[in-house]
Formats: sequence, structure tokens, C-alpha cells
Amino acid sequence: MDMEKRLLRFVFIPSVFLILILVAGTVLASTEPSTVPEATEKGSKIPWWAWSIILLVFTFILGILAVLGGVGGGVLFVPLVGGFFPFHIDFVRGAGLIVALSGALAAGPGLLKRNLASLRLALPVALIASSAAIIGAMIGLALPAKLVNILLGATIIGIVIIMASAKKSDFPNVPNPDGLSQALGIMGIYREVSLEKDVEWKIHRTAPGLVLFIVIGVMAGMFGLGAGWANVPVLNLLMGAPLKISVATSKFLLSITDTSAAWIYLNSGAVLPMIVVPSVVGIMLGSIVGVRILARTKPKAIKWMVIGLLLFAGVRALLKGLEIWK
Amino acid sequence: MAEDKTKATGEQIVYANILNIGMYLGLAIVVATFIIYMLGLLPSFIPPQEIPKYWTMKSYDFIHTLQAPTGWDWLAMVGKGDYLNFVGIALLAGLTMVCYLVILPILMKKKDIPYVIIAIIEVAVLALAASGILKSGGH
Repeated sequence: MDMEKRLLRFVFIPSVFLILILVAGTVLASTEPSTVPEATEKGSKIPWWAWSIILLVFTFILGILAVLGGVGGGVLFVPLVGGFFPFHIDFVRGAGLIVALSGALAAGPGLLKRNLASLRLALPVALIASSAAIIGAMIGLALPAKLVNILLGATIIGIVIIMASAKKSDFPNVPNPDGLSQALGIMGIYREVSLEKDVEWKIHRTAPGLVLFIVIGVMAGMFGLGAGWANVPVLNLLMGAPLKISVATSKFLLSITDTSAAWIYLNSGAVLPMIVVPSVVGIMLGSIVGVRILARTKPKAIKWMVIGLLLFAGVRALLKGLEIWK
Repeated sequence: MAEDKTKATGEQIVYANILNIGMYLGLAIVVATFIIYMLGLLPSFIPPQEIPKYWTMKSYDFIHTLQAPTGWDWLAMVGKGDYLNFVGIALLAGLTMVCYLVILPILMKKKDIPYVIIAIIEVAVLALAASGILKSGGH
């Protein structure tokens, strides 16, 4: 209990700090994107270097919260940085993809070696999702910022609903694996340490699952979000992969899906190192600290706090797009 | 001795090892080049203090106003501190393609035809994305 209190304090203080940064960012930054091709002096009232530090601290806290809340960094990064920092949403999405990509690349090797992420499950899914992500990225960069913010806000609110309501199944029942999954040999066995036994798994409903990954890929590319929030329910609840396999394969999958979209942003000039690098470093350091805290305990309240933060960010993006809260 | 089926397959281990090395290398380059950029050790295409003038722009306006490089044109500008950062970012973004190319011969040796085809198509998709042919923006 004492540990729980200390942990809550540990998370509460950074969260207050995070909110202060958000408020300060909104006040100090002109969040109205420039649509004229001429360079203007507007955009920020504080020095350029301060933004890098603010971004580093902000994403560090985001990294902690993302791990404790069980979400990817990208899904928190894009709506929050897009809503409260002075950067154009194009650069935020470009950075968001590289943040999600870096996290997935860092987690991938361990998950693959422990046989929790399955290459046989990931490869067919990744082909669909990464192809769709290219289309999503091209659509997303062609859309006006207002429309992107409206769609982003609506998507984030949808994610909040999924996160708050979706059930999870540790070991879904798959009585009849479908022909496609059997032809591709998508099955496996992994050691479930908590039960001290080997768990054999297979999947079903492969075709509808792959169709859904078209939608997931388009959204990941369009909004620069990691897509773990959608990958896991589809792999787990629809296709019947065990929860651990779904979570791990989803994380690894992002390294492929986000790669294709990241190239489109990179090639279209939508990547600014000044935004990308502090964000990647901040999120990764925050994730390391978050994992250490998680190893001790995981108060359920934090999940709801992250959902609340996400809802706030979604509403902010929606209102920004509708020009109600500029 | 019977094969331990709970262990990852050979191609999965190879993929993981390449990913591990490439990820550390990419991140190290990203951080090192960013420090070079911030310290002004190399001239920049856009000096750091000028960036706030442009980061509120749509990416399309940004590249057209500054005549900034698109596609792989940044390679010609790696002598500039800001575009030097793209080396590490491109390495991270290109890592998956390398992993696929490395496991392809293993899949071929196993005569795992469906996955050979999937891997070849994926490499083609990633190569297309990376090629710079597909760009967007301009609304």
C-alpha cells in the first residue's frame, strides 16, 4: 500500500508537471500554423533551444506514462504535441512515426528472441499494413491541417472508447484454425512463465483480420500513430492469438508498418531533426524508467489517467480542427 | 535430441540479431549527429535558431519556401549539420528492409515458398516507399 502511494506520488508529480508544460506551451506558442509560403517570425515567443528541452522533458514523462498506461508512445505523442506545441501537424506526425518506430525497433529483438513476437504471424499482416500505411501517409500529407486535426481528434476519441471498453482474452479458444492460417503455418508454442507450462496457439478468421489491417495501416500512416491500440484487439479478439503473443507481435509489427509510412514523411520533407531527436530520446528514456516502475507494481488508476489524458488530447485536436480552441 | 518448439525459429533469431545491432547503431548515430547539429560544429542548411520560423509551416510550404531537399536529395547535403541527422534516421527506417533481405536466403533454403514470396513483396513495398518516388503534400 505504501509502495502504491509512493508510486502514485511518483507519477502524480510528473503528470502535474506535464500539464504545466502543456499549458505553458499553449500560452507561449502561437499554435496557428502558417499557411503562407513565406517565412514568418511567428510561431514561438521562447528561444528555439528551450523548445528542445521542453520537448525532451515532456516526452520523457510521456514515455513513463505510456508504459504504465499500457499504450504506445506514438498514440500519446501525436495528439498532445500536435495540440500543445507550435509545430505544424505534418512535422508532428513525421516525428510520431519515428518515435513509434524507434520504440518498436528497441523492443523487437527481445520479443522475437523470447518467441513472444511471432515472425510467422507478423510477416503476412505486416505486408498488408505497411502497404496500406504508405497510402495513409500520402493521403494524410495531402489533407489540410484542419481536416487532419478533426479526423485525428475523432480517431483518438475512438481509441479512448476501444481502450476503455475492449475486453482481452489471455488464451482465446480457436477450435478450428482457418485454411489460410494453416497454409501459412501461422501457429506456435511459447512458454507461459506464470502458469509454468507451454502454451500452443493457432489462429482463425485470418482473412477478415488481414482486411482490418488495411484500415489500421491507413490510419497509422495518415496520423503518424503507432497502431498497437488496434493491432492487439484484432490479433487477440478477432484472430484468436493469445494476449501475450498479440501484444508482442503488435509491438514488433509497428517496426514494419511505421517504417513504410516514415519513408513517405521523410521523402516529403516532413521530418525535422529538431523535433524528432529530443522526442525519440525522451520517450526511450521515459520508457526505461517506466518499465522499472512497472516491474514493482502497476496501479490501475494510472491506466485511467492515461485514458483521460488521451481523451483530453483527442478533444483538443477536434476543437483545434474545428477552430473552436485554436 | 528433439527440437524445443518453444524456441524461436532460426530466421527469427537472425532477424532479431540484425535488428538489435542496427537499432543501437542507428540511435547512436541519431544522438551523435544531433549533438553536432546543436553545437554548430558543421554549417546548417537552416541554423537551429531559424527553425521556429519554419516549423509552423506545412511541410509542402517548408520545402518550397526553402528549396529544401526531398526524396534522397538530402544525401548531397550531409555536410550540413541538420541533414547529417538524416543518416541515423534513414538507417533506422531502412533497418527492416535489411532484416528481410538477410532472412530471405534462410526462408529459401527451407523452401518456405509462401514466406519467400511475402518477404520479396515486402522488400519491394519498402523499397518503393524508400525510393522517393512516392511523395505527398501540397494542399
